[in-house]
Amino acid sequence: MELLRVTELDVGIGQRSLLHNLNFVIEPGQCWVLLGPNGVGKTTLLHTIAGLCPAQGGSLWLEGHALARMPRRVVAQRLGLLPQVSKDNFPSTVLETALTGRHPHLSRWQAEGPDDEQLARSALAQMDLQDYADRLCQTLSGGERRRLALATLLVQAPALLLLDEPSNHLDLRHQIAVLQHLRGLADSGKHGLLLSLHDINLAARYCDHALLLFTGGNWLAGPAKELFTNDNLSRLYGHPITATQTTTGQQVFMPL
Amino acid sequence: MSRPSFYWLIILLLLLTVASFFIGLTTGSVSLSLGETWNALRDSSSTQHDILMQLRLPRLLAAFAVGGLLAVAGALLQVLLRNPLADPYILGVSGGAAVATLLAMLAGMTGWWLNGSALLGALGSMLLVFGLAHSAGSWTPARLLLTGVVVAALWGALISFLLAIAAEHHLRGMLFWLMGDLSQSSAWDLPLVILLLSLILLLPFGRDLNLLARGEITAGSLGVQVHRLRLLIYFAASLLTATAVTTAGSVGFVGLIVPHMLRLVLGSDHRRLLPASALLGGSLLMLADTLARSLIAPQQLPVGVLTALIGAPIFLYLLQRESRH
Repeated sequence: MELLRVTELDVGIGQRSLLHNLNFVIEPGQCWVLLGPNGVGKTTLLHTIAGLCPAQGGSLWLEGHALARMPRRVVAQRLGLLPQVSKDNFPSTVLETALTGRHPHLSRWQAEGPDDEQLARSALAQMDLQDYADRLCQTLSGGERRRLALATLLVQAPALLLLDEPSNHLDLRHQIAVLQHLRGLADSGKHGLLLSLHDINLAARYCDHALLLFTGGNWLAGPAKELFTNDNLSRLYGHPITATQTTTGQQVFMPL
Repeated sequence: MSRPSFYWLIILLLLLTVASFFIGLTTGSVSLSLGETWNALRDSSSTQHDILMQLRLPRLLAAFAVGGLLAVAGALLQVLLRNPLADPYILGVSGGAAVATLLAMLAGMTGWWLNGSALLGALGSMLLVFGLAHSAGSWTPARLLLTGVVVAALWGALISFLLAIAAEHHLRGMLFWLMGDLSQSSAWDLPLVILLLSLILLLPFGRDLNLLARGEITAGSLGVQVHRLRLLIYFAASLLTATAVTTAGSVGFVGLIVPHMLRLVLGSDHRRLLPASALLGGSLLMLADTLARSLIAPQQLPVGVLTALIGAPIFLYLLQRESRH
């Protein structure tokens, strides 16, 4: 069964139109990368798919249901978003933050129980934050906060994960660890992912499908192998990019 | 950082409430020991009995209710603005309620009409401040506080204007509306009921409030109906403020300092913060009012003067700390 169907979607902010007539389908087991230059509408598209910002036209189907007509809580049980930045204006601990991921799974009258705490602690451990549970979020570094936001999304455990630049602020080791973890979610066959990245090589290594957003509102969607050509990528960023082989036989894309 | 258990904190706050209550009951231009108070309460023919039952008891209950209402309103506004410096007095919500009530009084309205006008005034002021601060995109703390402060100054000017042209018998004292004063408040039952009902209504939304405090995108993506929740907060904060203003005028800074202090020890879980704010706000205003009526006894200070004298420096200190982050 398909997780997400996007049909004839028009995306924009206010009067400004960013994308027109977008169509693609995400199935369980797939990891889609969203690539495009700054300001092309990657974040707005993710917010629109998450139902947080109104589409200018077209429709979104989540597991076969019209997303616009689903209650927010039900949407949040099936679809989760990692925002580009997460702010904490008030003091709260790492564990409390991770526990917010349980919100859509608890009723209004329910409090978080030991089971929920267990889930939160296990997600923190998966993001290498097991020793930080009682720390205040304000004391975390940028990369640690990013991993906390990812852990919160893991606690929410939706079938469809939308991630807005998940590798932001992460050091090299954690970039690989996080993307490997996300790849693992897709490979389990239960989840589908759509993530925006700025690193083509990470995208090529971990994602099987790609959605390229070009300046001016054109787009391409399909298997990453077919779309990742020198021509497409150079056109995407308005800068010549070429694929080369490393001595170990890995293909890497290099800006010239 | 380890936090005290919530239950111990609540027990501590309940003890503080009881202690503030007895301090308020026994202190004043006629001071009584606990034994004398007990005797006076039982002997309905004594003057002390009248002092306690007619003056101090209703005033203390009103002080508790107003303190609680303002502290809860402050905590809600802080969530709405995602800014720990929000307060109904600073943002001009109290001023809007005061102007509307004054206008209604001048128009000859009484009773429930005054409460209704106060609510409309508070709601209107809230929409004005948020509308003005929002028109240029997102709220920044500085922009919002500035807008609020200017709107509050406008309400202050309007109050002074209305008081200047009003007939003497319409007035219950200028300071009542500008600074807040509990010396004339007789109604404590309605404010207490509204405080209790709002807490009962708001507590099931505690987790939603926690998420909204983290931002609208975060809240929305975790299933919070952001639009509806914001309407609830607008309305609840206006109702709480309006009730406080019709009871005691515009008392400032309680709504700022109480939730702020509690966030430092309790964290930001609003299921805990809201009831704790009600108790701490209530006890602090009972203490402040007792101090206000005994500092220069037999003359009385309006309690709002005292809360502003204590609150304004604390506000400036917090603002200074905020800007360093």
